[in-house]
Amino acid sequence: MTSPLQQKIKITGPSVVTANRTWDGVVIYRDAHNGWTTDLAQAAIVRTADDARALLAESTADDVGAIGPYIAPVAVNDNGTVEPGNLREQIRRKGVTIDLPASA
Amino acid sequence: MYAYDEIDRTLINERVSEFRDQVKRRLAGELTEDEFKMLRLMNGVYLQLHAYMFRVAIPYGTLSSPQLRKMAHVARRYDRGYGHFTTRQNIQFNWIKLADLPDALEDLASVGIHAMQTSGNCTRNVTTDQWAGVAPGEVEDPRIWAELLRQYSTMHPEFSFLPRKFKIAITASAYDRAAIKVHDIGLRIHKNEAGETGFEVLVGGGLGRTPFIGRVIKPFVHGRDILSYVESILRVYNQYGRRDNIYKARIKILVHELGIEKFAAEVEDEWLATRDSALTLDSEVVEDIRSRFSYPHYQKLSDTPDELTAASADPHFARWLKNSVAPHQRTGYAIVTLSLKPVGGPPGDATADQMDAVADLADKYSFGEIRVGHEQNLALPSVARRDLPALWRQLDKLGLATPNVNLVTDIIACPGLDYCSLANTRSIPIAQELTRRFANNDLAELIGRLHINISGCINACGHHHVGHIGILGVEKNGEEFFQITIGGRADEHAVVGTLIGPAVPFAEVADVIEDIVEAYLALRARPDELFVQTVERLGVEPFKERVYATR
Repeated sequence: MTSPLQQKIKITGPSVVTANRTWDGVVIYRDAHNGWTTDLAQAAIVRTADDARALLAESTADDVGAIGPYIAPVAVNDNGTVEPGNLREQIRRKGVTIDLPASA
Repeated sequence: MYAYDEIDRTLINERVSEFRDQVKRRLAGELTEDEFKMLRLMNGVYLQLHAYMFRVAIPYGTLSSPQLRKMAHVARRYDRGYGHFTTRQNIQFNWIKLADLPDALEDLASVGIHAMQTSGNCTRNVTTDQWAGVAPGEVEDPRIWAELLRQYSTMHPEFSFLPRKFKIAITASAYDRAAIKVHDIGLRIHKNEAGETGFEVLVGGGLGRTPFIGRVIKPFVHGRDILSYVESILRVYNQYGRRDNIYKARIKILVHELGIEKFAAEVEDEWLATRDSALTLDSEVVEDIRSRFSYPHYQKLSDTPDELTAASADPHFARWLKNSVAPHQRTGYAIVTLSLKPVGGPPGDATADQMDAVADLADKYSFGEIRVGHEQNLALPSVARRDLPALWRQLDKLGLATPNVNLVTDIIACPGLDYCSLANTRSIPIAQELTRRFANNDLAELIGRLHINISGCINACGHHHVGHIGILGVEKNGEEFFQITIGGRADEHAVVGTLIGPAVPFAEVADVIEDIVEAYLALRARPDELFVQTVERLGVEPFKERVYATR
């Protein structure tokens, strides 16, 4: 299987690196300080394939803290706020789109 | 119920200790994710969109009340207070933390429950008819053989790294509730002309991106030879199954590419060389397994007790009785299906409180036993008919008496993009909207038996190919679209449904299904012609025309 780092990276707009935290599986984003954050607003945003490759390489090196890092698209609004770039990432960020079953 | 012996208990407990050590090493960085992934998968631990998912086996769909209570405990203590019953007699917990998993496994092990081989390229949980042991007309209890296969296949060294996952299902009834024709191996227990009990063996069924209906490879295999015959199939598959392409690795592809005759000849050669080996089942071995199953001490009761006659004056009770209660082998008893498909609810989900309450009701009314069916409902297998009114009142309060079993809102659905990392689209919101559209019980009864199955991607966990109406989510330019098939079925007449036309957007799915149902009501030859029979008689064209004429 080809390593993610050996795959051709193509991005079409602003992107982040996201993964799941190892001990509990929570969604995390790579920040600009060699760490992880659960807050998308704190994520490092890359705009070129070279920057994305570098951020992914740095993220993948942390095999203890995170599982399965990958590059995901985001939208940066005029006021600077960051939104997930597709439905899958919206659900990963905001949670399920349904009400969870709850005891009466 | 089957009582585990000391070997089973030791095995399960040792597996918990082993996994606890593996988790500890993973969290300490001594195991990489690549090294750990196969180990966690073999213990039912996946990584989904938001969290780990923990899949626990319910062997042959049978649970005791203490086992169900323990599942409620796991849901409450380690998860978010609910569990999801799947199409393969498993339960899944969607929010569990890796660090908590060893404790959850240990708690489950205390009641003989485990998660071994609920994932990975091995023989998965052997499934069967949820009415096993109580269904009228059943040849014999298929769980005896399911348990034999469970013991045989658990941690089998030769078959722990098959080309791909391997699923076996067994039925012993004329009506197939176990969907054996869409399993890698399907076993139908029947009697031959000499009156001997044995197995019709089917092979190469499966859904996913390339659906196939299983083919008969051997019309009759005697019980004493069933393990050696299954092993021969596994050996041929293990030798020739493709490992270079995950999409072509299932046995169905091998059977299709070789042809059933050549595949059967390969199996026969293998079997003739091994059939009289250590795998030959002495009758004592089978009887030992049989003796470890305990059965209720039934009383002599009436099928028409006064309590039932009086309660039937209540139309709500009468509707539920007609829909959710089925005949039992024993006079005076009934099989009760508990719908996990309330209007607006996610199919197959049950809260921890519901699980605890069902366990209590099982103790009170069904000899402490609960069943789980592949349609994602529960059942109480042995309820005295005189107790049905009292049981119904309590189920109704719990939201478990929706009278929609086998009707249009009894929808099978995968977790979809709300949870699953493989999904392209959501499934649950589509199911929820359909249950609202068809919430009127009179309308659902008028429509009659109609199975809608929904999958959020081509992997087909929601069995869309064999739904009377199948709904498959596909992504188009970042948007959720859905392909609709009709005419599929998963029973003894299993067939893959036919696509009716281009995919429709998320917002239009419920409208399209309403159009299809309205067309059926107008087209059916008589009130008791089922939806699938109308499709079989007329083909898809009239439905296609109705759906696409104005779109």
